[in-house]
Amino acid sequence: MLGTVLLGSESDCFCTPAAEGVTAAHIAQGPWPTSPRNNNLLPHPRAKSPPPPPGGVPAKPAAPAPPKPPVVLQTPLNNELVERVRAKFGPALVEATEDRKQAILTVECARLAEIALYFRDEEKFDLLSDLTAVDWPKREKRFDVVLNLYSFAKNERLRVKARAGDGEEVPSLHGVWPTANWLEREAFDMFGIVFAGHPDLRRILLPDEWKGYPLRKDYDIIEQDTAWVKENLGIESGQ
Amino acid sequence: MGERKPGDRERAITSVAKTSITDSGEKQHTLLGADELILNMGPQHPSTHGVLRVKLKLDGERVIGSECMIGYLHRGVEKIAEHRTYQQFAPYVDRMDYVAAVSNGLGYCEAIEKLLLVEAPVRARVIRTILTELQRIASHLLWLGTHALDIGALTPLFYCFREREEILKIFEKYCGARLTTHAFRIGGLQYEAYDTLEKDVERFCKNFESRIVEYEDLLTQNRIWLGRTKGVGILTSAEAIAFGATGPVLRASGVKWDIRKAMPYAAYDQYKFEIPVGTAGDTYDRYLVRMEEMRQSRLICLQAIENIPSGPILAKVGKVLSAQGRIGLLRCERRDGATVPRAHPATVVRESAIV
Repeated sequence: MLGTVLLGSESDCFCTPAAEGVTAAHIAQGPWPTSPRNNNLLPHPRAKSPPPPPGGVPAKPAAPAPPKPPVVLQTPLNNELVERVRAKFGPALVEATEDRKQAILTVECARLAEIALYFRDEEKFDLLSDLTAVDWPKREKRFDVVLNLYSFAKNERLRVKARAGDGEEVPSLHGVWPTANWLEREAFDMFGIVFAGHPDLRRILLPDEWKGYPLRKDYDIIEQDTAWVKENLGIESGQ
Repeated sequence: MGERKPGDRERAITSVAKTSITDSGEKQHTLLGADELILNMGPQHPSTHGVLRVKLKLDGERVIGSECMIGYLHRGVEKIAEHRTYQQFAPYVDRMDYVAAVSNGLGYCEAIEKLLLVEAPVRARVIRTILTELQRIASHLLWLGTHALDIGALTPLFYCFREREEILKIFEKYCGARLTTHAFRIGGLQYEAYDTLEKDVERFCKNFESRIVEYEDLLTQNRIWLGRTKGVGILTSAEAIAFGATGPVLRASGVKWDIRKAMPYAAYDQYKFEIPVGTAGDTYDRYLVRMEEMRQSRLICLQAIENIPSGPILAKVGKVLSAQGRIGLLRCERRDGATVPRAHPATVVRESAIV
């Protein structure tokens, strides 16, 4: 399901049927009327009917609008940057896509450090805005380690992803961008991703002894390390 | 043992303790001849606004090492967000920085709009810009007042809170809340601007010009302020970039970069303002940069209230938006037969499995 995600045009795909009758102009008129809770299935009280046509001739029902072409959100990307990366790293560049004008390069996890160094020095992506991860529990390699880079020289952003399996070691980028130190600790804390070569890979937000990785999708929203809570906070129920 | 002379004992202690061995086994020169002291500062300490624990390694009063520990206020908002729709999560971002809730809301709403390929109407963008710049001033004022307070100057706090109160009153009139405002909605604004918004903002901006001078009179040339901020916490431009600093911290280190200019959002591309930069990258420069930023924010507000365009304030977006519903929406958008009726996105959200 990661491939091309198709959507209808934004005007209808994210609109509830009730929202269609309400234009922004109506909303702009003032506070919502006080009406029963379920009135969102009724036409908006202030929705205007179309003005009667001149001459009093009843208007014909309008023909249904032709279906709008679906918006393709993710398209393959093949610009100069991608070509340079492909020429230098070959198969280590797994995939290059563009999603809503954002270039996304998926690279081989084992060569991440080397590729990151190339992005910093050769392509001038000198700021690591963010390093985080996404969990796709049904995928064979369940994690995406996501780097969001920014280049001051080019005023451009670049997203780099590397897929990693559970327990697979991801090279630490601490030596490339020092700020990766804490960000990798966070990814370790929340997802249990191990960064090889990290100088101080400890939990950063949760207590050191905590069991479990909360941002994994199979960690429930009310799940917690009950034993830790009982022992350290003295709450018997664990809640 | 020979006869003791006065001063022998002191000399003996100094000669032994001047080089102490640290945990890692290396010899370290200590100034006072005392052993190193590990001291916990925080997690609850009056001078750590927010909850930060710093494990200090002290040699007498000199800090020779420190380790920062965070997480005492971790609320797991990402996990909460997994179980909310986009609209439901919007009020949570206000709580991430409750002294700059409007700015957080703007970032969040703009991000979701980008995901949905929706653009807020121009009127909404201008009002967003005004409120966000007011919030920047309010946030800087809180920083300035408490920073001065920590150094021992009580007066700036009262001055700063006096002006901050004016801004919070504008927020209160606009949306009913002062701190966690939830002022914006995905796709624009929920509330129309109240009748006297322009006048209120204008009056505030007119007064504020002389108020900044008052703060600067108290601090900029103040000997204690200079002594406690000049040359303290120097961050070179290379270090600032390597450590991922942005905003006024980055600018104070001499990098002339502002995301409002580099990648304009809201209505920033329509207004003229300067990017102040520092030279030394110390706390004093960060102070100067923030003071100038307040002046620039004031100018942006004045330009914006000159001409607030009329028109709608909310773009057409669905009532229930969820990242998880994306796949489900694909399913119901095909509309290729009567067997798949157009579902209410709320049900789609519930149906769709985690992918």
